Amino acid sequence: MEQTRIGVFVCHCGSNIGGVVDVPAVVEYARALPNVVYAERNLYSCSEAGLSSLKQGIRAQRLNRVIVAACTPRTHEPLFKNACEEAGLNRYLFEFVNIREHCSWIHRKDKEQATEKAKRLIRMGVAKASLLEPQEETESNVIPAVLVIGGGIAGMTAALNLARQGFRAHLVEKQARLGGWLPHINRLCPTDEEAARLIDSVIREAQAHERIILHMPATVQEVSGYIGNFHVTVAEKEGKCTFDVGTIIVATGAEVLQPLGLYGYGRFPNVITQLELEERLRPPPSPSPVNDGGGKRWESTVFINCVGARIPERPYCSRVCCMTSLKNAIRLKKQNPAAQVYVLHRDLMTYGVEFERYYRRAMEAGVRFLRYDIERPPQVVGNGRAEAVVVWDTLRGQERRLPVDAVVLNAPLIPASDNATLSRLLKVPLAESGFFLEAHVKLRPVEFATDGVYVCGTARWPADVSESIAQAYAASAKAAIPMRAGAVTAEAITAFSVPERCMGCGTCVVTCPYQAIELRIANGGHVLSGTEGLQKQVAWVNVVQCKGCGSCVAACPSKAMQQRGFTDQQVLEMISVISGL
Amino acid sequence: MMNQSVLVIGAGIAGIQVSIDLAQMGFPVYLVERTPSIGGRMAQLDKTFPTNDCAICILAPKMIECAGHKNVHLLTYSEVVGVEGHAGDLRARVLQKPRYVNMERCTGCGECAAKCPWRVPDDFNVGLSNRRAIYIPFPQAVPRKATIDAPHCVYLQDRAKNRCRMCEKVCQPGAIDWEQQERIVELSVGAIVVATGFDPYDAGVLKEYGLGKIANVITGLQYERLVSASGPTSGELRRPSDGKPPREVAFIQCVGSRDVNYNPYCSSVCCMFATKEAILANEHDPQCRSYIFYTDLRAVGKRFQEYIARARTEYNVTYIRGRPGVIGENPQNGNPIVRYEETTAQQLRAMEVGLVVLCQALLPRRGQQDVAKLLGVELDEYGFVNAPARLRRPVDTSVPGIFACGYCSSPQDIPDSVAQASGVAARVAEMLAGE
Repeated sequence: MEQTRIGVFVCHCGSNIGGVVDVPAVVEYARALPNVVYAERNLYSCSEAGLSSLKQGIRAQRLNRVIVAACTPRTHEPLFKNACEEAGLNRYLFEFVNIREHCSWIHRKDKEQATEKAKRLIRMGVAKASLLEPQEETESNVIPAVLVIGGGIAGMTAALNLARQGFRAHLVEKQARLGGWLPHINRLCPTDEEAARLIDSVIREAQAHERIILHMPATVQEVSGYIGNFHVTVAEKEGKCTFDVGTIIVATGAEVLQPLGLYGYGRFPNVITQLELEERLRPPPSPSPVNDGGGKRWESTVFINCVGARIPERPYCSRVCCMTSLKNAIRLKKQNPAAQVYVLHRDLMTYGVEFERYYRRAMEAGVRFLRYDIERPPQVVGNGRAEAVVVWDTLRGQERRLPVDAVVLNAPLIPASDNATLSRLLKVPLAESGFFLEAHVKLRPVEFATDGVYVCGTARWPADVSESIAQAYAASAKAAIPMRAGAVTAEAITAFSVPERCMGCGTCVVTCPYQAIELRIANGGHVLSGTEGLQKQVAWVNVVQCKGCGSCVAACPSKAMQQRGFTDQQVLEMISVISGL
Repeated sequence: MMNQSVLVIGAGIAGIQVSIDLAQMGFPVYLVERTPSIGGRMAQLDKTFPTNDCAICILAPKMIECAGHKNVHLLTYSEVVGVEGHAGDLRARVLQKPRYVNMERCTGCGECAAKCPWRVPDDFNVGLSNRRAIYIPFPQAVPRKATIDAPHCVYLQDRAKNRCRMCEKVCQPGAIDWEQQERIVELSVGAIVVATGFDPYDAGVLKEYGLGKIANVITGLQYERLVSASGPTSGELRRPSDGKPPREVAFIQCVGSRDVNYNPYCSSVCCMFATKEAILANEHDPQCRSYIFYTDLRAVGKRFQEYIARARTEYNVTYIRGRPGVIGENPQNGNPIVRYEETTAQQLRAMEVGLVVLCQALLPRRGQQDVAKLLGVELDEYGFVNAPARLRRPVDTSVPGIFACGYCSSPQDIPDSVAQASGVAARVAEMLAGE
C-alpha cells in the first residue's frame, strides 16, 4: 500500500490570521504530526504565488493528501481543489481547515488560545486526511425531451419555448382541449385585450410545432427514474403510451373555489361568481351582462372580494381576484355609466405600477370602494332573489344598505384536486396550502428539491397571466440547463449503504429529502445468519439523485448508511485525536 | 448565425440569476456591474420575508457561483457607454473605471482599508457609518478586492503633493497601482439583459415626516443595516439619537408612493418588508412593540398572510390603517411623535415612539434613463422598463434582442425577480436559437 504523505499549507491571510495566530508555531506543530511529510506557510495561500507553491509542493514532495489551513471552504475550497487536480491529485484527497473564522476572527483577543485551537483543528484535519479516499464524480446522460403536464397558458408557453430551443416536448392535457381557464375569461387585466385572442394564438402555435407532441385528453399514470432519464406512462383514450424524457415541468394550474352557501350563492339566482360574470361578459353569443336573462338592466352591482379567502381555514390571499373585480367593475360602468358599482374589499391588492393605475382608473370611472371587516362580513338579503347587501363600512363607521340587481362573488384560486396524486407520482411535495412546494421560497421559485422536476403558474401559487408566463419561461430555463448540457454530473460526496449492517428498516428511505434511496434485494452473499434462504432487502442509494446531505446517515439506527468523505471512521478519528478517547 | 454571447447589465439578484442560468445553458455572459461588487440591494438586507432567511447567507453562494462560472465574465466597477447593432448582432462598449488596485495581486485581506486615514460616508450602510477611501464594500463582496474611491483619496486628488499613500505602504502583495486608467472594452453579443434594480426615494422630500431633521426617523433600508450583524451597530437595534434600543417602533408605509403628488404606483414590497422588520425588532428585544401604519396591507405572495398573522400574534406587531399626517419630536427624549387618523375608528390620535421607520417608495435606479437611451428601450412614465406585450411577452422590451427583469421592469419582490430572471434566460435561448 502506498505510504500516506500529507502536506500542510498554513495561510497568514495577511494579518487576518497571522496577526492573531502564531503561524510559524502552527507550521512547526503540523510538521510533527503523523503522516505529515511537509508543511509550509503562505502569506496568502489563495494568491497566485500561494497556489503555485501548493502545486509545486505536491509534485516535489510526492504528496498524496493536502491540507490547507486558511479561511472558509464556502468561498475557497473549489480554488484549492482545482489546484490539487492541476498537480495530479484527486480533488477529494484535499481537506480544508478553517483557522480564520474559527480561530483568529472569533478569538481575536486571546492569541494563545487561538493558536492552540488552530493546532488542534489541524491535528483533526490530518487525522481525517489519512483516511480520505479518492472519489469519482459520475456522469449520466440527459434525454433531450421534456414532459410538460398541463396545457394551459403556462404549460403551452414552456412547451413552446423548449421546442423552439430544439427539444422534444410531450404536452399532457387532461381535458379534450388546450387553454386551461383562459378560454372562459373575457378580457385580461391590465391591457384589456381579449383573452381568447391571446390563448387562441398560443394554442395554434403549440398545435403546429413539430417538436410538440400532444397527449390529450390524457393523464400521467406513472413516472419513474431520475433527472435525465424519466420513464413516463400516460393514459390516453386509446390506451397507454410510454416515453422517456430528461426533465418534467408541472403546469397543472389551479381551480376556483365554488362559494356554495356563501353570501346567498346557490340560494339567490342573482348572486353569481366572478367566473360566471366573465362568461356573460364574453362577446356574443354569450348573454349580455347588463341583464340577468329576465331583461332587467343591472343598475346596481356589488362585488364582494375575499369570498372564502383570508379566513382561518384558507388563510392565503389569492393575489389575482382584486384585479379581476376592478376589471369587471370598470366594464360594467362602461356598459352602463349610470349604474352603481360597488367593490367590497378587505385590502385592495393592486401591487405595482399597472394594477395601481388600474385601481385609479376604476375610481375615475365611478366605481365605489368600500372596506369591510371580516369580523362583520357583508350580508346579502332578499326574498327569492338578492335585494340588498348590508355591510359595515369600516371607514365611515356605519352600516350601509346597498340595493342590488346582482352580487358578484370573488372567490380565490384553490389547489387543483389532483395535486395530491401528482405529488405522489412525481415524489414532489405540496405546501400546507395544497399548492406545490418549491425548493426554496425565495431563491428557487420554480424548482423542486428533486432534480429535473420544475413547477410554474398557478400550480405553484395564484398568479396572473404575465406572471404565469414569466414563470413558465423560468421553468423552461431550468429544464433547458441539463438538456443543453446533455449530461449531469453527480455529487461525489454521497451516501452509501453497508449491506452487512443494513436491517432493511427503511428509515433512510423516508428520511431522504431527494427520494434517492430505495430498498432492493441484496445481491447474493448478504444473508443474515439464521435467515439463510431468505432474500434480504437493503437500502440502495441512487448516487445520481443523492445530494450528500447526510440525513440518512444520521437517521440510520444500525450505522449502515455512511457518507463518502464523512464516514464514521473518519469522523471518530478526528474526535479521538483531540479527546484522547 | 446569431452571436451567442449575452450582455447583462446590473449584478443584483436578478442579474446574477440570469447570468448563472445563461452560463449553465452554455452561453458566454458578460455581467457588467456599476459598483465594485456584485450583490446589489439584496446584499444590504438583513433577513428576507417570509422565511426570515439571512439575505447575504443565501445570496453569497449565488454570487460565488456566478463569479466562478467559466462562462461568466465579470466586469465590475464598469458601465455600458455605447450600444449599436440589432438582435443577434449587438456591439457594446463598456467603460471600466480604474480601481487603482491590481486585481490579480489584491488578495482582499483588507489591510489597506484598516490603515487608510480618510473617512467617507458608507453607501452600503446607507450613510449610517463611514468607510475609508480605499475599501471593500462589504465582507462578502465578490470580487473581494479593494477599490480606491478616487474623489476621496488625497493622493489621487493632488498627486503633486505626494500625500499619504498609506495603502501602498501597508499592502504586502503590492497591489496598489496608481497608473491604472479608464479602459474601454468592446463586446459583441447577441442579446442584452437589463437588470438595473431600484433606488429608494428620497423620503426627505416629504417634509412632514422629518427625515434628516428628527434623529430617530430613519428609512427602511437604514433599518436593514441597523439590524444586520455586519451593519454599523453589529446588529444591535439602537436608535441614532442616543444609541438606546427603542421600545416602540412605528413603520410608516407608502412614504412617497401611492400618492399622486410623488409616485402614484405601489412599490409592492414594503408591506412585507415592514412586517419582517417589525418581527426583527421583537426578535432583538422581546419587549419591543411595533406599529405598522398602512393603506392596504398587500400580502399576496406565498405564506405572506400567515407571516402577518404571526407578526400580530407572536411578535407584538399592531397594524393601524392610516397615513400619518405629521411626525414631531419630543424635545425631552428625542422620541418621535406620530400624528395620524386611525381610519377604522374615525379617530385622530398621536403616538410617541422610540423610532420611526419610513418605508419609502422604490424607484428605478438613477441612471436608468441613460441606460435606456443607450439601448433605445422605452420606459414608462415612472422610468420602469416598458414591456409592450406585457401579457404575452412579459420580459421583452420594446427593442428586439433586449430583455429586462427584476425591479427595473416593475416593482416586485425577490422570488418574482428570480423567476423573471430565469424567464429571461429562456427567452434569450429561444431567440438565439433563431426560430
